[in-house]
Amino acid sequence: MRSDLLRFADWSSPVRPVARELSSALPDGDEGRPPLLFVPGLGHGPWAFTEHWLGHAARRGFPAHAVGLRERGDLRAYAHDVVQTAASLPRQAVLIGHGAGALVVSRALARYPARAGVLVAPVLDGWAGLGAALRANPLGTLPAIVGGALRLSRRQLFSPELPVEQADAYRGRLVPAGARAQWQLLAHRAAPRPVGSPPVLVVGSPDDRVVPRAALDRTAARFGAAPLLFPGMGHDLMLDAGWAEPIDAILDWLGKELPPTTP
Amino acid sequence: MHDTGEVADRRAAVCVIGAGASGLAAIKNLREHGFAVDCYERETSVGGAWNWRHHRSPVYAGTRLVTSRARTEFPDFPMPDTWPDYPDHTRLLSYLERYCEHFGLAEHIWFGTEVVSVVPAGDGSWDVTTQSPGGGASHTQRYAAVVVANGHNWAPYLPEFPGADSYRGRLIHAAMCKDPAQLRGRRVLIVGGGNTGCDLAVAGAQHAAEVWHSTRRGHWYGPRYLAGRPVDQVQARLLRRRVPSPLRRWLYRRALRLVVGDLTRHGVAPPPHRPDLGHPVRNGQLAEYLHDGRIVAVPDIARFDAVGVTLADGRHIEPDLVVAATGYRPQFEFLAPELLDTDAEGRPDLHLHAFARQHPTLAVVGLLEPDAGLLPLAHWQSVAVARWLRLYATDRARAAQVQRRESTRAPRGWSGRRAGPAPRDWFAVESTRYLRALEDLLTRLEPA
Repeated sequence: MRSDLLRFADWSSPVRPVARELSSALPDGDEGRPPLLFVPGLGHGPWAFTEHWLGHAARRGFPAHAVGLRERGDLRAYAHDVVQTAASLPRQAVLIGHGAGALVVSRALARYPARAGVLVAPVLDGWAGLGAALRANPLGTLPAIVGGALRLSRRQLFSPELPVEQADAYRGRLVPAGARAQWQLLAHRAAPRPVGSPPVLVVGSPDDRVVPRAALDRTAARFGAAPLLFPGMGHDLMLDAGWAEPIDAILDWLGKELPPTTP
Repeated sequence: MHDTGEVADRRAAVCVIGAGASGLAAIKNLREHGFAVDCYERETSVGGAWNWRHHRSPVYAGTRLVTSRARTEFPDFPMPDTWPDYPDHTRLLSYLERYCEHFGLAEHIWFGTEVVSVVPAGDGSWDVTTQSPGGGASHTQRYAAVVVANGHNWAPYLPEFPGADSYRGRLIHAAMCKDPAQLRGRRVLIVGGGNTGCDLAVAGAQHAAEVWHSTRRGHWYGPRYLAGRPVDQVQARLLRRRVPSPLRRWLYRRALRLVVGDLTRHGVAPPPHRPDLGHPVRNGQLAEYLHDGRIVAVPDIARFDAVGVTLADGRHIEPDLVVAATGYRPQFEFLAPELLDTDAEGRPDLHLHAFARQHPTLAVVGLLEPDAGLLPLAHWQSVAVARWLRLYATDRARAAQVQRRESTRAPRGWSGRRAGPAPRDWFAVESTRYLRALEDLLTRLEPA
């Protein structure tokens, strides 16, 4: 795998700036923990993390931020938004991406030396994801094939334990993703190797109907580890019933991998 | 003379000399590759040449980049995309300060500490002696490797001008001219066709009573924008489309003729045939002032006399202030010249302008004059140095193999032909070609 020294695309056509939404939850004191930057997937926004995970991470001493990706961007622009936001934080950040946000994070890791990377229910294996989506929810998936909006069902996103009205409220906040972004989910090339060799954790659910178990295993194998699994949960681990377990596991892992630095 | 005879051994740690842009990149990349790092910086803050508070800094009030943001930023730490296409020096300094803070580099830097001596200590290790810039106690520590990043834009180079001793006006180097007010009302002769010389000529046109601009040879004076885009973005577009080099140069010359016009009718020396080697000169205002007659282009200085200057074409002019924008010369006072294979002129002989040929654990970062930004090249140079040192420490046999392969590589592959006689021309590189050579090396330095 070659280094990424000659960046003609960036040199000739830099990504245009946009106003990026950033939600933050900061701990009371500074314990030297690295800032966490959460990246939502298609249809989601920073709200998906502010609901639970951001505040929880802050209460455990980690400065937590969630970035909103621009509208109608492509994969390069999304990765640019993540890298720009990470570079604007006071300290070297941990990048945490969910769903298609994990794909964006995998590209950002090749452009920014993150302290660590966490890929949550990562949609990195596009064609397998399409197959799983068609099996689980054909009516919601077929329009995406012809350029319409991909719609995920309640059963794809959440476990039965989450109350129906809560699940429907969350689904109501999803916005349709652009066709271009959806196609890039399928047709993208593999991301280059992360710079600086950060530790990478893959987290998911074996019952995820968007990211099949085999895809989780393949993604984790690329980073030389086994995935951390939370049976019974749906695709949206950060919103589902039992949301505390995955974020606690992630923070425990970060605590082991990255001892706090004295500021 | 030591305060104590004891040498503290830092074992596998690497010593970085200088906390300018190149030094910061070296600290970060060495740390990223697992090395402990001590950096010694004679000033009390980071930024090196870009910190105008430093007394050796060449930066003046109007200094701004002549390479656009995308080609100037570190590859793994972008400048804010809301910044102007060509950030000025204050923004660049704040960017370097943020880089330092973001990656926690300050805890590895000993400020207010000057390196006075670096000597081999056997088996590739180095004894580094430091002291406060004002003198006082010195300390010596032993390191596994030394990375020199003390910059090459701080020791002014003033060529010998015949008869300068008899001149009764003022002759100063551009490094002493940081404020345009120094030119107010004066009859000024600016010597040198680089960006600093052009900037000073333009400043003189705005403030001085009379301005002459003397250049030894012609330059391609380009604008900073072409068709509303930064020039180097336009050039990168041609590179991206693999337009061959001669056609690219021809297009550039045609564009310059269209935008800037033929300056030789104003007495400017004809530019050289190949426009794209060495650091670009980009000053859109110079042509306007030449057209207006506010700047008079003159040839090289033949000799000084008491009241003025006789030029190479025989003309005599009488400036009361002469500013030599003749660049800087790299200096490594703490190193014996043979360690870098430095010749009598002061030019080191380094592989890829970075690696000491006889000393695998000695490297220089940032000693380049590229046609694009220096920061990306310094970044990748320091990545290569870090990977090399890691390989050298862990797999000596493979390291020797890589070294043999690299030593057979012809300098032409990465340095291009020699662009000219000035010190800055020693390190002129075409950045794309240089990056390809580095990429090749980095690939070979990958863990097996």
